[in-house]
Amino acid sequence: MRAAKPAASLALVKAAGWGKGLSILTRITVMAFRHPWQASLAIGATLVASAFQLTIPRLLGHAVDSTQIVLSGGAAGQAAQDTLLTTALLLLGASVVRGLFTLVQNYFSEAVGHHLGYRLRLACYEKIQRLSFSFHDSMHSGDLITVGLLDLEGVRMYFSTALVRMVLLFVLIGMGAYLLLSTDIVLGLLALSFVPFVGWRSSVTQLRLRATWLELQERLSVLTRVMEESLGGIRVVRAFAAQDHEMAKFDKASQSAVELAHQRVGIRVANTSAMTFSFFVAMGLVLWVGGTKVMAGEMTVGTLTSFLTFMTILQMPVRQLGLMVNAFARASTCGARLFELLDLDIAIKDEANAPDLKVADGTLRFENVRFAYPAAAQQDVLSGVSFEARRGETIGIVGPPGSGKSTLAHLIPRFYDVTGGSITIDGQDIRRVTLQSLRRSVAVVQQDSFLFTTTIENNIAYGDPWAKDAHIERASESAQLHNYVLGLPSGYGTVVGERGVSLSGGQRQRLSIARALMLRPAVMVFDDSTAAIDAGTEQRMRIAMRRYAASRVTIIVAHRLSSLMHADRILFMEDGRIVESGTHAELLALGGRYRALYDLQLRPGDDALSA
Amino acid sequence: MAEQLDAERDDARGEEGRPPRAVVGSHRIEEEIFGKVFDTNIIRRIWAFVAPYRTKIYWAVAAVLAFTAMQLAIPLIIRYAIDHGMRPGADPSTLPWTILAFLVAILINFGASYLQEMLVGGVAEDVLFDIRRAMFGHLQRVSLSWMDKTEVGRLMSRLQGDVNSMQEFLETSVLSVGDITLLFGIIVVMLSLDFKLGLLTLSALPVLFVVRLFWLPRARKSFMAAHETNSIANGALAEAIHGVRAVQGMDRQAVNFMLFDDKVRANLRTHLTAAKYAQVMVPIVDSLTGLAMALVIVVGGARVLNQALDVGVMVAFLFYIQRFFDPIRSLTLQYSVMQRAMASGQRLTEVLDVPIDIKDAPDAKVLSSDMDGSVEFRDVVFGYNPKHPVLKHVSFKVNPGETVALVGPTGSGKSSCMSLIHRFYDVQQGQVLVGGHDVRSLSQDSLGRQIAMVLQEPFLFTGTVIENIRYQKTDATRDDVVQAAKTVGAHDFIMRMPDGYDSVLGQRGGNLSLGQRQLISFARALVADAKILVLDEATANIDSYTEMLIQKALVKLLEGRTGLVIAHRLATIREADRIIVLQNGELIESGNHRELMKNEKLYSKLYNLNYSSFDDIPEDVLDDAMTQPAT
Repeated sequence: MRAAKPAASLALVKAAGWGKGLSILTRITVMAFRHPWQASLAIGATLVASAFQLTIPRLLGHAVDSTQIVLSGGAAGQAAQDTLLTTALLLLGASVVRGLFTLVQNYFSEAVGHHLGYRLRLACYEKIQRLSFSFHDSMHSGDLITVGLLDLEGVRMYFSTALVRMVLLFVLIGMGAYLLLSTDIVLGLLALSFVPFVGWRSSVTQLRLRATWLELQERLSVLTRVMEESLGGIRVVRAFAAQDHEMAKFDKASQSAVELAHQRVGIRVANTSAMTFSFFVAMGLVLWVGGTKVMAGEMTVGTLTSFLTFMTILQMPVRQLGLMVNAFARASTCGARLFELLDLDIAIKDEANAPDLKVADGTLRFENVRFAYPAAAQQDVLSGVSFEARRGETIGIVGPPGSGKSTLAHLIPRFYDVTGGSITIDGQDIRRVTLQSLRRSVAVVQQDSFLFTTTIENNIAYGDPWAKDAHIERASESAQLHNYVLGLPSGYGTVVGERGVSLSGGQRQRLSIARALMLRPAVMVFDDSTAAIDAGTEQRMRIAMRRYAASRVTIIVAHRLSSLMHADRILFMEDGRIVESGTHAELLALGGRYRALYDLQLRPGDDALSA
Repeated sequence: MAEQLDAERDDARGEEGRPPRAVVGSHRIEEEIFGKVFDTNIIRRIWAFVAPYRTKIYWAVAAVLAFTAMQLAIPLIIRYAIDHGMRPGADPSTLPWTILAFLVAILINFGASYLQEMLVGGVAEDVLFDIRRAMFGHLQRVSLSWMDKTEVGRLMSRLQGDVNSMQEFLETSVLSVGDITLLFGIIVVMLSLDFKLGLLTLSALPVLFVVRLFWLPRARKSFMAAHETNSIANGALAEAIHGVRAVQGMDRQAVNFMLFDDKVRANLRTHLTAAKYAQVMVPIVDSLTGLAMALVIVVGGARVLNQALDVGVMVAFLFYIQRFFDPIRSLTLQYSVMQRAMASGQRLTEVLDVPIDIKDAPDAKVLSSDMDGSVEFRDVVFGYNPKHPVLKHVSFKVNPGETVALVGPTGSGKSSCMSLIHRFYDVQQGQVLVGGHDVRSLSQDSLGRQIAMVLQEPFLFTGTVIENIRYQKTDATRDDVVQAAKTVGAHDFIMRMPDGYDSVLGQRGGNLSLGQRQLISFARALVADAKILVLDEATANIDSYTEMLIQKALVKLLEGRTGLVIAHRLATIREADRIIVLQNGELIESGNHRELMKNEKLYSKLYNLNYSSFDDIPEDVLDDAMTQPAT
């Protein structure tokens, strides 16, 4: 009964332009600095740690040189020994300090990410909970989960993998380059010669890996779907002896994924090997040229050693340039999607200072209601619908598929807002009161009954989590669920839902009826929610609920006439309008559409078959 | 936004606290993450999948060893260059030669690393897909009763998560060969360069080892806790997305927000703890590295001063020290990967070991399409649990071309009859014959081709309408498909879809109504053009308008075929050539409508209750009808 699904908007955000990307990154950065202490500590510690790291090669070089004093004609003995000891102690100190500051850097940059993730998760959850039905209609739930899980992760990781790493790389590469070049310009250039190549290769590789990763996910999701459908529809597969056909489908999907996976291995490996090679080539050049200089006495072995160690230290961060570039790219696309979700306007919300709904007589009134789904605004699903229902009354709504019955039911709790006209409860327009008070007064038993992964009692008490056992049992009895539950191994404590005991369609519907009863609503709407319940059970349910029905308006939308024949008034809908209205007897006497439907359902004679 | 969130959260908390019955998401994650470190049985099973690629694996291991050897050689070459190539007065040709040796080493290094990663990465991907294929293929054959008991979601997590952790395992296990070699190689090289200095330097190793031994169990606990809270929080988010309509309908947003906050907060806490554990090793490793270097400088340096040691050796030591903590770090990480892989491997073998109960007999015959199309049950006893038979000594015969309606209350054994014809299960006693042959003597494939089945809940596959209709007969022409759709009355609504027969159906035909899906499944059965049609009539959820179309289509579908229909609608039942009434697994009546009405047993009673469908009869009325002694 839901509106046709238009293409999901969020999933369509393409790679944003530079300006947009920059503004997204700025926004994440600002959010990260909402934890100013931790963020500053992380960045400060990065500076200190990299500075100390850079002293290590110098100290090593110094130590090596100290051992060469004899060769260069200095006096061996206590002085040289002392120098060695001092250097060693300085080295030890530098290592310890570097280690500690790296700890601070890593810990706090992760902490900032986790705090950021915490806030974003809450914001995301709240937004998803509050966005109206029309949004959820238009959005594939899988895409929303992707935003809430993967995109959020991309944004969360930004601080540590992009921002802090950038500081680290700039300091290490920049200061390292300065130190090397200022010591010996030629050797410095040789030592740094691998940096541009490796930085470029690793960035290109990471971006390509990211693009192919997205493609791979796409192909894997096809594979997942093939497997899921084949296993879910195993009876059909077997019934048609189509195992070979399914295997062929699997192989096709699997093949396309494995090919890409191999391709990705190729991209990755070609580049890591090339990067390592270029690094070693640079090292070989330094060794050669440096060695020649040492021989010529233009340079000490210590300086050469410190060059070589510098290179070893620089190697890792330079390779990580690609990861950093990737982290920026990822944060900007993930952020674009995440923020688009977080910035969405909630279409249906409280007006400023809206009062609570005050239910006195509990009269529900539709006045000339017109409605079109936002996704197809030019096509009215309901038009000119007017009726009134007083406390104690039961209204049945029936009509062919697509006549607007369910839509009408969804308007009462404001799952959607009317396009024209108004719906009032005791004279108060439902758009002018708080959503909370409205939805506590209007309960809709929906077509697809969602079960939460928790016990049966908690599921029944979903709308009233403070409820006492006795209330739950009473609601469950009225919904004809009690006896079934008592037969379960853990009774009301039995866990149902995705990971629990599975209930049949009828049992689920009874559970959601019990759930709605818990709210003791002023208006109770059954949206074709007894279709999977057998007629006898439904009848007993009706009798059980009769005593409550006196205190509320009941609206029953159904295909099956036996579900609503007893209603005080029956509205027959067609093409979004009420075309017939009256009691069962009146409508039968009228001999119109209702009558035809009645004949069709109650005694499908030979004429119906041969028609 | 964040400020607003804080305010909202505090409000909610101040107001009412956590309601006793409210939960969001699940409290626990489902499965063991870590298993035994080493399980020979599982290793053997995994090896069976790797074995076809073993030549590649041998090459990869060889490459890893070559690679590691070069890692060890490079500092030695540098050492040689320093000690022999650069010394004042050294032979000027020594340095270039040494550089050449360096070049050779890095070329080998390049080739070996390329070869190794390429082979390992490729084989790991191949094995991953092979395992998945083997499992999927196996699941296509295991008994339906096992499939009924097993959730698809659970199987999917085997086919995805568990298979992935096997891939990770394969990649790391080859790498750990390299790590172990590197570790021992460094130890050997250091000791042989200078035994005493080597011994002294290596004294840092046991320290790290002991520290990690203490660290590991605690750290792992914290990592697991982080993993667990993360899954829990994600599960709660997924629940909010899937159940959003129920959440809004019940106005649970505020309470859920509070509860979700608890979960994310717990997740934040465990992640911060895990980060502490992960990072605490950094200063320890750095300090030990620093200590080892300081020792080399003080002790080694003194000996260089005394000219008891070449300076190049000292430099080589410094290079090795920078490398030798790496293997220890990655080896301990690989330990966790191993444990995870063992737990996954355990679950994978469980699936692969599910016995296949129903197999073709070695001499299975092919059921040819010119068989007569008769179906016969001879004294069939059958139960999903052999102790509680669902069918008790049922015998009946359906003649070629006849339509038989199976009627009876829920649990009377109608669906079981249907499954037995197709040999979804094997009988415990008696025989089921199709075309005069015991189904157990026929090949399942040929049996399936002669029996078309329509299930109560029509299951469509993602794909176009035409693909779905010619699901079994992939070579059916477009005309065949259109003709079939026209016959069952599905053509009109298919043509109204945006791309007609090429319109893509959403997941499981989600963009169609149940009735429309039913009609497409009729067309699918029609195209399959089998001699025998087995049909479980849909009951609930179909509006009367579509219902009418379906009734008409059914008549067309049964023309010229042997039909077995689990019937609910009186219209269908009355049209049948024969009606078989089942009760509690026993055949209690059989005959056509007129005969059974004269019989005045269960059927006539039910019929006279005047319901359009037997399913509409209230249970109590039904109970009365069934318990009254038959006249």
